Amino acid sequence: MFSKKTTEQIECENRPSHLGIKSFYNNPKHRGWIYQSFLFLFLIGFFYSIVSNTLDNMSAQGIKSGFSFLNTSAGFDVLMSLLPFQTTDSYLKVFTIGILNTILVSIIGIIFSTLLGFIFGVAYFSRNYLIKKIAIIYVEIFRNIPVILQVIFWYTVFNALPIARESLNFGDTVFLNVTGLYLPLLVGESGSGLVYSALIVAIVSVFLVKRWATKRQEKTGEQFPILWTSLGLITGLPLLALLVSGVPFHFDYPALKGFNFRGGITIIPELISLAIALSIYTGAFIAEAVRAGIQSVPAGQTEAARSVGLKESKIMSLIVVPQSMRVITPMLNSEYQSLVKNTTIATAIGYPELFTVFAGSVLNQVGQAVEIMFMTLVIYFCINMTISFVMNRFNKRSEITTR
Amino acid sequence: MTLAAVGLVVAAQSSFAGSTLDAVKKKGSVSCGVSTGLAGFSQKDEKGNWSGLDVDVCRSVAAAVLGDASKVQFKPLTAKERFLALQSGEIDILSRNTTWTHTRDTSLGLNFAGVIYYDGAGFMVSKKLGVKSATELDGANACIQAGTSTELAIADYFRENKMSYKAITFDTSDQTRAGFESGRCDFLVSDQSQLYALRIGLKDPSAAIVLPEVISKEPLGPVVRQNDDEWFNVVKWVVNASIEGEFQGVTSANAKELQANGKPGQKRLLGSEGDLGEKLGLPADWAYQVIKQVGNYSESFERNVGQGSPLKIARGLNAQWNKGGIMYSPAMR
Ligand SMILES: N[C@@H](CCC(=O)N[C@@H](CS)C(=O)NCC(=O)O)C(=O)O
Repeated sequence: MFSKKTTEQIECENRPSHLGIKSFYNNPKHRGWIYQSFLFLFLIGFFYSIVSNTLDNMSAQGIKSGFSFLNTSAGFDVLMSLLPFQTTDSYLKVFTIGILNTILVSIIGIIFSTLLGFIFGVAYFSRNYLIKKIAIIYVEIFRNIPVILQVIFWYTVFNALPIARESLNFGDTVFLNVTGLYLPLLVGESGSGLVYSALIVAIVSVFLVKRWATKRQEKTGEQFPILWTSLGLITGLPLLALLVSGVPFHFDYPALKGFNFRGGITIIPELISLAIALSIYTGAFIAEAVRAGIQSVPAGQTEAARSVGLKESKIMSLIVVPQSMRVITPMLNSEYQSLVKNTTIATAIGYPELFTVFAGSVLNQVGQAVEIMFMTLVIYFCINMTISFVMNRFNKRSEITTR
Repeated sequence: MTLAAVGLVVAAQSSFAGSTLDAVKKKGSVSCGVSTGLAGFSQKDEKGNWSGLDVDVCRSVAAAVLGDASKVQFKPLTAKERFLALQSGEIDILSRNTTWTHTRDTSLGLNFAGVIYYDGAGFMVSKKLGVKSATELDGANACIQAGTSTELAIADYFRENKMSYKAITFDTSDQTRAGFESGRCDFLVSDQSQLYALRIGLKDPSAAIVLPEVISKEPLGPVVRQNDDEWFNVVKWVVNASIEGEFQGVTSANAKELQANGKPGQKRLLGSEGDLGEKLGLPADWAYQVIKQVGNYSESFERNVGQGSPLKIARGLNAQWNKGGIMYSPAMR
């Protein structure tokens, strides 16, 4: 917006301001501020009048308004909740649960879509014909089918599984049926703290070792087997602690009691279907982004890397992918944001995320559309701003550093 | 930009209040919110014709106001969409098996214009489970339609009986039924009348049974916007006319005859005496048209949910007050 200053302008600004108010107004910067503040005031007034008008109209129609409903008890059950929930808990609690469920499926989706995207995006450049074709077919199929159909498809697949009493049984520890996937839960007993601490210590030392190894390589050119050391640390230390403390863990196995499985961890089919569909769908777009990113790296880079004798796999991971990141990252950012917005499709299958449970069930029981929609919008806005913020930080690091 | 802004503000200012009756007369049809498909209440056949108890309410209103029961535009709505559709003015009447509750009546800016079916929530379970009573359902999964009063009724019932359940909610009744059939849930909760309707839609109706427990009050009736008393009165008295018609023995077959030669009460109802229609802003023969074209309450009941239908629901609570039920029209005078 503010272009480079001409010498004239600079001279102007440096002149003594004996002209008072006039020169203040003549300064383009100040003038800009004045215009901006007028616009700002106008916008505030504008939105204020829309909001107050809406509220007036609603009260004239006899529709309740305000946020006091948040403290009343919900009176209905929520299918899945990361916090303990009872039907007597408040709508505010339902709101929180909805947010957490949205975040949960978003995180799962982001992790798996990124994995799929990078695998298939890189596979596109494979010299193996079959692998390359699979990558192309994956992208073309899943990018072109509306995501809502994909969600319903996976949910239908799930619905075709046997009923609870006839579950697929994997060694009496894992069960799969139409009501969900049941996994054993690892429960820590007293003394398990030692193992957790060992794990944390291991993770921290991996970071330190990595820093040290990079420094050393920069100085001396000597390489250090980071991968193996890290793996050793992360498995070895906790294992040692486990033995020392006498294995203070046991599994809580799911078992069929009455109608359903109890114990262990239950993953509901709504979550699984939604996560699969979103990961595969968004993964296809990310694969395209990765492909574009890799193609943006000049071929000369690969050739140069080959000429210094780097292995093919190292060329990808050390030369091409890092350089392609500055093209990929901004695209990843918008793919992640679409994924978050697409979680609202959950309403088709009843996964209780924010939109389904708050802008759906609660809105229906309370009827205060303006307040509820406003709260819902703000949350999606915040989640996506957070993603943007993180990705922009990441992007800064992968930008070309010019001197 | 400024102009557009001013336009928006003005638009936001224009209030919705206005006469629905005049608007309906002007456009020549009644927009009626119904379900997406529920046997006996509102259902579309292959030819696109709607029928059902809820549908008959809208057709009766069209007959009374416009003299032609076919002048109705139906708008299928899920439980979640229905109130917003009415508040926003998209429909003139909501007649979608909607339970009259205190909260809905007082906080949504809506009014319930009467009760056309006294219902209560109940359970349907698969026979295979061997469950005989709802008290054996501890720990089971429930299929429920999202945004219904049933969602609340079941929570109360399980809390009262110190049992637990998991609610699997769906947007439409087809999805709810599919969830039940696939075994995603062990039982289905809904208004009893709808359970019978859903049951005949199952691939194998005899594989499911409806449990005896009725766990809530679900009086179903048409809804209109608040602050439009004229329209509220029209819908309320059209409903009453159909109930009063049965009470007075007026049917679609004998309405013409009774209009000319009936008892005083019958003549007043049918418009050949008195000015009941005029007071509603309607033609004198408003109730005559309702009964002639759509039938009285009993005719409508038997045709849609009673002996003349696959549902075969007994009149029970929905019989006239002098026949063991609680259907009662205030005085037509
Ligand atoms: N009476 C209940 C309505 C219950 C309800 O919506 N039931 C379902 C049957 S499970 C239904 O009618 N569905 C028809 C549709 O989705 O259009 C209420 O007012 O909340």
